[in-house]
Amino acid sequence: MAEKFDVIVVGAGMAGNAAAYTAAQAGLKVLQIERGEYPGSKNVQGAILYSDAIEKIIPDFRDTAPLERHLIEQRVWILDDDSFVGSNYRSEEFNRQPFNRYTIIRTQFDKWFSEQVTKAGGLVICETTVQELLMDGKRVIGVRTDRRNGDVFADCVILAEGVNSRLAKRAGFHEELNPKDIALAVKEIHFLPQETIESRFNIGEDEGVVIEMAGKITAGMMGTAFLYTNKESITLGIGCMLSDFKHQKITPYQLLERLKEHPAIKPLLAGSEMKEYAAHLIPEGGYNAMPPVFGEGWMITGDAGMFVNGIHREGSNLAMTTGQMAAQTLIDLKAAGKEFSAKNLRNYRERLDASFVMKDLKKYRNLPGVFHKNPQFFTTYPELLNRAAHTMLKVDGIDKKSKTKDIRGSFVKARSLFGLFGDAFKLWHAFSAR
Amino acid sequence: MIKVEQKLFQNRYRVDAGRSHITIKQPELCANACIEQQCTTCCPAGCYIAEGNGKVVLITDGCLECGTCRIICDEHRNVEWDWPRGGFGVLFKFG
Repeated sequence: MAEKFDVIVVGAGMAGNAAAYTAAQAGLKVLQIERGEYPGSKNVQGAILYSDAIEKIIPDFRDTAPLERHLIEQRVWILDDDSFVGSNYRSEEFNRQPFNRYTIIRTQFDKWFSEQVTKAGGLVICETTVQELLMDGKRVIGVRTDRRNGDVFADCVILAEGVNSRLAKRAGFHEELNPKDIALAVKEIHFLPQETIESRFNIGEDEGVVIEMAGKITAGMMGTAFLYTNKESITLGIGCMLSDFKHQKITPYQLLERLKEHPAIKPLLAGSEMKEYAAHLIPEGGYNAMPPVFGEGWMITGDAGMFVNGIHREGSNLAMTTGQMAAQTLIDLKAAGKEFSAKNLRNYRERLDASFVMKDLKKYRNLPGVFHKNPQFFTTYPELLNRAAHTMLKVDGIDKKSKTKDIRGSFVKARSLFGLFGDAFKLWHAFSAR
Repeated sequence: MIKVEQKLFQNRYRVDAGRSHITIKQPELCANACIEQQCTTCCPAGCYIAEGNGKVVLITDGCLECGTCRIICDEHRNVEWDWPRGGFGVLFKFG
């Protein structure tokens, strides 16, 4: 393994595959290293695929990629202990090609994505863990793997090793992650006959539904839950911030069990067979928690660089886009005959800044902080909303004016008038920031 | 209430026998200095078990390789955490 590559990509998730594919497609000499048995076997996501990001890399992905269902309906539920208030959005427009979002099963999708890397001429090596970056002073010159004679050299290393970002930390590029910036999500996949899923969710063949949930189900922690319909299975998961997990006594699997027992969820899963239980961290710290993403001979992409928009549930698309931009930076530098120094790799950061990636992350930079400091959004409000709905909908001989007064009173009592306006302002301010 | 073992039973693993990819650096620190022992609550695979005598025992066979234990141990930094060797550990069927 003494040969030298233009670029070594560490990891074969969304970011790594996007980077390796883009670089290989342009004729760069690419080595991609993955620790799993095959690409995808270590990767966990909900999962929803946003077409836009993959389309910009592989325009005809729909012809060959393994896709589950395109989404035609989004439900948002705010749950109390045994009720929920919700809204649905369903549109025939989402039923017209080209489809905008799909549910996917990551192990299958990643395997397909990796095959495209190989077809483009990239060399993909699996079952190999990169132990550390090889340095010449401050400059990254390659990687040390756990294979015999496992040192490999390259002009640049693209780090796409996911949220834990071990290599960058070991090399001192950034510090250990802070519990307040990281969410822990657990999920299960439940199998059901295709017809059962379609009748339960009122959808046709290939059509899908997502349900996003918040409220009592997170036991006072900052977090959300989700349910996605796949072809012959349902994925159900729940995630909360580690800083909140740290100070309570409910295990993640107890939280998931409670969600499954919720009267709104239980009938949807009835009769299903659970076939896998997974856990994964999501870097939700946003713009203010981002590490440096480039240096002498290295760039960081995807979850490792905290490229996640927690509010909009976007991550895998940012991973793909950052992977593609990192590779494009190398392609352009090489074409111009320039070396992969920190000075030249700054171009990667500039591309990110000019794109939706940084613009969105910057816009929402204060939201994580607002939610951390104001747990009422996950506790008091779900309860109040559900009680309000119950009061209004229950026919019990009490006049509607008195009911409205009651509801208003319950909100003011729980949060005070000042608190209500304050909460509204905090949300408005954080969402509308530029 | 379902036990976490019943969930993990559905998963595929290739256990690297005798080579734990995570270790507790100083076990006596968990026993003597750590009151909350949050790893025993937060690990989604239940790999950390609080023993009656105040000790914490770690068995990584069911590890989902998420990284929670390392990040939440931010006061004592007592978790030595690495990836399993290439090809070993959890092998997701669906992910």
